[in-house]
Amino acid sequence: MIPVSHILFLSATLFFIGMYGFVTRKNLITMLMALELMLNSVNINFVAFNKYLYPGKLDGIFFTIFIIAVAAAEAAVAISIIINLYRMHKTIDVGAATELKH
Amino acid sequence: MGGYEHTFWILFLPAISFVLLGLLGRKYFNKSAGLIGVFLLLLTTALSLYNAYQYFFVNGLVDGVYLKIDAFKFTWLTFSPGVSIDMGILLDPISVMMLVVVSSVSLMVHIFSLGYMKGEERFATYYSFLGLFTFAMLGLVVSSNLFQMYMFWELVGISSYLLIGFYFQRPSAVAASKKAFIVTRFADLGFLIGILMLAFYGGSLDFNTIIQHLSAHQSSEYLAATTASFLGVTALTWGLTLVFMGGAGKSAMFPLHVWLPDAMEGPTPVSALIHAATMVVAGVYLVARLFPLYALNGASLEIVLNVGLFTALFAAIIACTQTDIKRVLAYSTMSQIGFMMFALGVSGTQGEQGLGYTASMFHLFTHAFFKSLLFLGAGAVIHFVHSNEMKDMGGLRKWMPLTHVVFLVACLAIAGIPPFAGFFSKEEILLASYNKSLWVYTIALITSGLTAFYMFRLYFSIFWRKEYNGHSHPQEGSMSMKIPLIILAICSALVGFIPFGKFVSVDSQPQETHFHLMFSILPVILGVVGILIALLMYKKENDRPQSMAKAFGSFYRAAKNKFYMDELYLFVTKNIIFKWVGRPSAWFDRKVVDGSMNEIANLTLETSKAIKGMQSGKIQRYAMYFFGGIAFLIILFVYILK
Repeated sequence: MIPVSHILFLSATLFFIGMYGFVTRKNLITMLMALELMLNSVNINFVAFNKYLYPGKLDGIFFTIFIIAVAAAEAAVAISIIINLYRMHKTIDVGAATELKH
Repeated sequence: MGGYEHTFWILFLPAISFVLLGLLGRKYFNKSAGLIGVFLLLLTTALSLYNAYQYFFVNGLVDGVYLKIDAFKFTWLTFSPGVSIDMGILLDPISVMMLVVVSSVSLMVHIFSLGYMKGEERFATYYSFLGLFTFAMLGLVVSSNLFQMYMFWELVGISSYLLIGFYFQRPSAVAASKKAFIVTRFADLGFLIGILMLAFYGGSLDFNTIIQHLSAHQSSEYLAATTASFLGVTALTWGLTLVFMGGAGKSAMFPLHVWLPDAMEGPTPVSALIHAATMVVAGVYLVARLFPLYALNGASLEIVLNVGLFTALFAAIIACTQTDIKRVLAYSTMSQIGFMMFALGVSGTQGEQGLGYTASMFHLFTHAFFKSLLFLGAGAVIHFVHSNEMKDMGGLRKWMPLTHVVFLVACLAIAGIPPFAGFFSKEEILLASYNKSLWVYTIALITSGLTAFYMFRLYFSIFWRKEYNGHSHPQEGSMSMKIPLIILAICSALVGFIPFGKFVSVDSQPQETHFHLMFSILPVILGVVGILIALLMYKKENDRPQSMAKAFGSFYRAAKNKFYMDELYLFVTKNIIFKWVGRPSAWFDRKVVDGSMNEIANLTLETSKAIKGMQSGKIQRYAMYFFGGIAFLIILFVYILK
């Protein structure tokens, strides 16, 4: 059986890749994808801990399914926001969207 | 005791006049305000006279003693069971007498003002203020307890303030009104502390109860008040002296007199009403009200005596040197009030001994008439000469014969020439002081001689001395100005014949006033001498006044400058109080109190300036903060706080 640390290492790597992508990319779609990476790293964590610590229970798996569902909804909302921003600014560069300042 | 419900209306008719004219006057009654005021005051005066008749002749006297009647009483403010402030109307000989004096003088002034203030822009406002004053003064005299009196006392003060500053376009009037208000307020501070002390030891605010408690030698209240002491003086003496301080402020006794001469900035009828006949005698009235306590407490009565006596002489000397006719009258008022005060000071508590008390009230009564007459006469003169200065007058007897005659009557009355009113009351005061001690009598005698001199100096300067050669043509005023002068002149001539001791005496028992013919010779001769000197110096233009002034030298200059009292006050306030108290307090307020608040506001501002750059609108920057924050919390909780 693969030790849990391997899996945790994988999820941590995935999380930091997502985080790096989120703060460096200027394209909103790419940022959204980086966000999905972070969410999925968390999903892996949940599944792994569920499997290794409480094998007889399903709580971690439920959470994972929840997060997938929420992420899907969130992606829908985010993409609609991005489309609106594109209509206003004719670009999807995140640097152009500074309205939150006001 | 029934039958005195109408006293309520005596009080409230002027209040109605105030509210009606004050709220609606300028809009609806600007022309008719005077008539409305006069009408309401006429009713008030009629009621007061009826009230006096009923009290003195019908049912006030029971078993040879005048009753103290609570015509009206209700509890106004209850602090706890047994401790409350009442509102009431107390009728006893002096309050009934004062009701008549205040309402009738006020009526005369109301009528006189019809002509005097005609065409004034704030005519209705003027009448509403007069109504307020009359209401407050009537309320003051019928007060049944100390606190009620204090409230009306302040109301009187504020209406005096409003009326002195009536011509508020003139800076001098504004300054005078502020001065009057601040000086009397300062005195009232003492009054308030005195009230609290008397109420604390007397166990009540009610006049009758306090007097009952504190004048019985065996009562626990009396013992407590005389055992407790501060700086070696008993609490009772402190209380009474502080109450007298309030009275001295209102009555312009030395050294709190400085506001009265300046208060002459107000319209002249107002000076007649407030600063001659009624408000300024409130202090005398206050002492008379609490007289049983003063009489038992020798130390405080001594203060009343000395302050009154000194003021009488002091003011009379200054009055001889002033050239503004209203100021001469103001100092003469101070001097006469000094007479009333020291008459109380020499009085005893019973029978013949209490002559001073009767004399003081009698003088208050007669003085109200002749002094308001003098002021109204002076007002008529000023109205047509347009100046207050003696040098602008002279020879007016040909132009204003009626004013001349009534002024002469008033001068004779105040100089104490028989058979005019002032003679009788002044004789009683002199007799009372003669019975007390010789030096009081001597000073009183000198003062009354001086009174005759300065009054006739005034009279000759206005009406004789030279031919009138001013620009305006003085003439008699309208009927509304003549009638009050005539009525007051008749009163000034005749009220002396009222057997005053029958009505007002220290123990409320009517007594005969004995008249000593031999005793009166000396004061009358002195009065006549005073008049003759004035005649010699001022009837025709000559250089005798100047040479006289030179003969007195620096004393004359000091008196002309009012003995530098104003300068002394300015020095004390500016160089001592402002410098050592006012400025440091202002500094503390500005730097410490305001400063700390400003610093807190500044800190918030600076912080927000420093961190507002963080809100850049850049999502990725926000994400960095977010991750940074989480990392910080993880490190904090996982590694540091464990």
